[in-house]
Amino acid sequence: MPSLKDLRGRINSVKSTRKITQAMKMVAAAKLRRAQAQAEAARPYAQRMEAILASLGAAVAASPDAPRMLVGTGADRVHLLVVVTADRGLAGPFNTQVGRLARARIRALEAEGKQVKLLTVGRKGATYLRREFASRVVGEVNFAGKKRVDFTDAEAIALQVAGLLEEGGFDVCSLIYNRFRNVISQIPTEQRLIPTPLPEGSAAAEGPQALYEYEPAEDQILATLLPRNLAIQIYRAILESTAGEHGARMTAMDNATRNAGDMINRLTLNYNRTRQANITRELIEIISGAEAV
Amino acid sequence: MATFLLELVSPEKLLLSRPVEMVTIPAEEGEMGVLPGHSPMIVALRGGVIRVRENGAETEALFIAGGFAEVSPERVTILADEATPLASLSRATAERRLAEAEAALQEATTEPEPKRDAAYARVQAFRTAVTVAQAA
Repeated sequence: MPSLKDLRGRINSVKSTRKITQAMKMVAAAKLRRAQAQAEAARPYAQRMEAILASLGAAVAASPDAPRMLVGTGADRVHLLVVVTADRGLAGPFNTQVGRLARARIRALEAEGKQVKLLTVGRKGATYLRREFASRVVGEVNFAGKKRVDFTDAEAIALQVAGLLEEGGFDVCSLIYNRFRNVISQIPTEQRLIPTPLPEGSAAAEGPQALYEYEPAEDQILATLLPRNLAIQIYRAILESTAGEHGARMTAMDNATRNAGDMINRLTLNYNRTRQANITRELIEIISGAEAV
Repeated sequence: MATFLLELVSPEKLLLSRPVEMVTIPAEEGEMGVLPGHSPMIVALRGGVIRVRENGAETEALFIAGGFAEVSPERVTILADEATPLASLSRATAERRLAEAEAALQEATTEPEPKRDAAYARVQAFRTAVTVAQAA
């Protein structure tokens, strides 16, 4: 049986752990609110962009010299996966979740005889995937030490992807990230980036949309619109992932705080029992000593 | 007077969404005034100033660094790369960004043409920014 002093020490250490987890929970809650606002602010742009792209893409996709970023290279051999995770851990299953999906995808693609390349965004994903797939990693980006991710960061990643595409580095590009559904649930999702998925049939169904006049010509607009769309998709994924990270951390730290509380209760009970047992024992010793005289 | 819905969005936020009478946008091939009932168009924008007219007077002026606009008879959607109201655009910031853009252009001289053009467009955009900046 542990001594009273040991128990006191353990109670104190669990108490300070609880203080830390509680503080982390508060910080995560505050950051979550900010991240959520940022993610929501980015939504209108992405929506309008999709609408324009849908009407424009449908008009151009059929032509043989459509830009590669829109229709891909036509082949389906080399896949580039952009995996978005957080830079920090202690967020429950948040990072492993994405890592696991990415791993399953890599395995599935390689089983089909395809080549896989990886671009990791965020430190946790990089360490997770490098352990097993170091040879496939073509790039790593992280925002460690950055207070806030802004659009230019996403643009830099998009530029990297576009550069690879130009060199013919891949045929298909997908994004794997945690979609933010609500504070307690983040869904690891895979989203196709290149070839750009066009809403099938919808543009063709709304016939009059094709009446747009373009200035400059369609292909020139597309040439600037597509990289921008790539950047905005990546930006959106990063923002969702950031919001999800803080949500996941908040839930994880809330649980940790609660567990610490339970543990303190158990230890305190144990402590009091031991203390009383000691007192009783001492009393018995005194009484039996007195009787013996 | 007749109005149409103007929406101005940047990747970071939705800046405007309300009915206006007229908007002037810096299209790549020249300034373009849009009134209600304009024929549908999709235009690329260069860096410049968006001016909004409501009730017969200019009510808003914002600097954008480039982007796209979708025009239809009852609605104009502007997707700006970044947008700042002139009143809060500081000359010092604009000058700093211009210097950055010029440095990037210097570096881009060896790059293939599309990249050089993009860098040049940024320099032009921030040159405009410096001239229209109002805040100190």
